[in-house]
Amino acid sequence: MASPTVTAPDIPRPHARSLLERLRGGDTITYLVTLICAIAILAIVVLIVGELWMHSQPTIKKFGFGFLVSSEWNPNSGQFGALPFIYGTCVTSALALVVSIPIGVFAAIFLAEMAPPGISTVLTFLIELLAAVPSVIYGLMGIFVLVPLIREYLAPILSSAFGYLPVFSGPFYGVSFLSAGLVLAVMVVPFIISVSREVLLAVPVDQREAALALGATKWETTWQVVLPNASTGIIGSVFLALARALGETMAVTMVVGNTPNISASLFSPGYSIAAVIANEFSEATGDLYISSLIFLGLVLFGLTIVINGLARILIMATTQRRA
Amino acid sequence: MKLSAFTRGKKAKLAGATVLFALAAVFPLQAQVTLTGVGATFPAPIYQKWFNDYQSVDSNVQINYQAIGSGAGIGNVTQGVVDFGASDGPMTDEQMAAYKKSHGFGILHFPTVLGAAVPTYNIPGVTGSLKFTPEVLAGIYLGQIKKWNDSKLAQLNPGAHLPNLDIVVVHRSDGSGTTYIWTDYLSKVSPEWKSKVGRNTSVRWPVGLGGKGNDGVAGIIKGQKGSIGYVELIYAIKSHLDYGMIKNTSGNFVKASLSSVTAAAAGIDMPADFRVSITDASGANAYPVSSFTWLLVPSEIKDPAKRKAMVGFLKWAITKGQDEVESLDYAKLPSTVVSKEESAIGKIK
Repeated sequence: MASPTVTAPDIPRPHARSLLERLRGGDTITYLVTLICAIAILAIVVLIVGELWMHSQPTIKKFGFGFLVSSEWNPNSGQFGALPFIYGTCVTSALALVVSIPIGVFAAIFLAEMAPPGISTVLTFLIELLAAVPSVIYGLMGIFVLVPLIREYLAPILSSAFGYLPVFSGPFYGVSFLSAGLVLAVMVVPFIISVSREVLLAVPVDQREAALALGATKWETTWQVVLPNASTGIIGSVFLALARALGETMAVTMVVGNTPNISASLFSPGYSIAAVIANEFSEATGDLYISSLIFLGLVLFGLTIVINGLARILIMATTQRRA
Repeated sequence: MKLSAFTRGKKAKLAGATVLFALAAVFPLQAQVTLTGVGATFPAPIYQKWFNDYQSVDSNVQINYQAIGSGAGIGNVTQGVVDFGASDGPMTDEQMAAYKKSHGFGILHFPTVLGAAVPTYNIPGVTGSLKFTPEVLAGIYLGQIKKWNDSKLAQLNPGAHLPNLDIVVVHRSDGSGTTYIWTDYLSKVSPEWKSKVGRNTSVRWPVGLGGKGNDGVAGIIKGQKGSIGYVELIYAIKSHLDYGMIKNTSGNFVKASLSSVTAAAAGIDMPADFRVSITDASGANAYPVSSFTWLLVPSEIKDPAKRKAMVGFLKWAITKGQDEVESLDYAKLPSTVVSKEESAIGKIK
C-alpha cells in the first residue's frame, strides 16, 4: 500500500493482528470458551451413550434386538424383555400429555389473555412454584390423595359409563396406568402453563388489535390469531413436558403398580423403564441382569430421541403445509 | 490495626486452638484402623448401632457402613473395594467360586441377626391374626385362591367373617432380602411355585401389584380393601400392622415374634460355612419364614491391624452385641450358632 505524502506520525496503521493481540482482544477467548462449553455437553452425551452401549453388551449378545419385542422379564430364569416397560412408559406419558395439554394451554390463555393483572401475577407465581416441587412429593400426593380420589369417584364413573371399552375394562386396584398418567399430568402441567403463558404474552399487541378491529370476539382473537402465533412456543413446552414425563421415576413407581404387564386397560397395573431401573438396579446380581437394566436405560434414551424426532417431523410437515 | 488487650487475647486463643486442631487432624494421637463395608439394608440399623457402640469398646477402630443392597455387598466385596460385605441371602456356589478365583482365598459368612417376613392384610371387618397354611399362602400367591371367602381360608378361620372379596396380592417391586425369604419359603412348601417362579431377590410374580420398599407394600395394602402382602417383621411391629400366623412343620400356628424367629434358627443343622436357609424350620415354636443375615468377611486379611479389628468386632458382635439387638426388634442368634461362630472366627488368617 503506498503511503500518502503527508502522514501524521501517530495514526496507527491497520495491519493483520497477531494471535496474541487477538487473544488480548477478548473475542477469540469468548469464542473458544463458549465453544468448549457447547462441545462439553455434546461430549458428555456421547460418553453416556458410549458407556451405556458398552455395558449393555452381554444382553445385546444374548438377545439381540429381540430384547425390544420380548415381554418376558424373569430375573430368576435369565429371560429379559423390554416390551412391557416401553409400553408402560409410552402409555403413561401419552395419558399425561392428553390430560395436561388442554388444561395447561387453557390455563395459560386465562393467565395471559383474560385474567386481571393482580390475579395473573399471583397465580403465575404459585404455578411456577409447583414446577419446583420434588417428584417424590408428587408420588406421595399420588398415593395418599390422588389414588383414593380416583378409586372413590373417577374409576366407578369411568367403569359404569365406559366399561365396555377395552381401555376402561377390568377391576381397578388403585395403582394403575391411569393413576400414574394422572400424577404425571399434575407434574407436567406447570411447565406447559409457564412456558405457554410467556409465549402468549410475547405475541405482538398489534396482531391482537388488528383482529379485534376487524370485529373478532376475544375468543376468536385468541383462538385464530394469538394461538397460531404462539404455537411453536407451546409445542416447545409440550416437548419439555414430554421429556419430564418419560423420565419420571419416583412418582411413577409409587403409583403404577410395578407389574410388567401389557394391557389395553388403563385400570391395569403396569411398569415403566425408569421405575424398573430404580427398583431393581441396586440388588441386581449377575452380568446379564445388570446389563439388561443398562440396556433398558439406553432404550429410554433412544425412545426419547425417536419420539422427539417424530414430533418435530410432524410439526415441520404441518407448518409447511400451512405455509 | 489497634487491638485491645481483650481482643488480642481472644485472637491468640483462637489461633492456638486452630493450630492444635490442625495438628490433631494430621497427627492422630493413636493409630486409627478404619474398616469399610457395604451391603444389605435390612440389618443397617443394628449395624450402625454396633459400629457406634464398638468405638467405646475399642476406640482405635472405626467402621463405616453403607446400606446399598445385598447385591452391591456381594459385588463390592468380590471386587475387593471394601473390607467386608453384608447380605440377606448367602452367596451362591458360583459367587463363592468367583471370589476364590479372583482373590486366591475364600470368603466366610458370619450370621449376625435374624429377621422374618410376615403376611399382612387389609380385610374389612377382620382384625387380629388370621391363620394361614403354607399351601394356602402358595395358592394365594400363585393366583389360584382368588377370594377371601374361599373354603380353604374359611376352614382355617371359622371365627373370622371373611367377606366375598377378591384377594389383591401385593409384593415387593424392588430387589430385596425379604422377597428372597418369602420366595425361598414358598419354593420349599410348593413344588409348583418352585418350578414356576423360584427363589430370588426379584422374581416374575404370577399375580399381584408391586410396591417399592416395605412402606410401598404397606401403603398399597392400607388403601386397597382385600389386599395381602408380606413385609419385614420389624416394619410390621413398628407400624402396628395386623399380621397373620403361619402353620409350621410341627403343625402349630405360629405368629412371628423375636422368640419364634430365634427358635427357628435353633432347630436347624448348621453347616460349617453357615450358608443355610432356615425357612420352614422344624421346632414347635419356630416361625417358618425366618432368615439369618450375614456379614461376608474374607478368610485372609493381610493387614494385621485390620485383621485384629475385624476379629475383635465379630467376637463382640455375636456375644455382647446381641444384647442390643432386641431393642431394635431384631431376633438374637441362638447360643448353638454363637458357639460355632466363635470357633469359625478363629479361621480368619
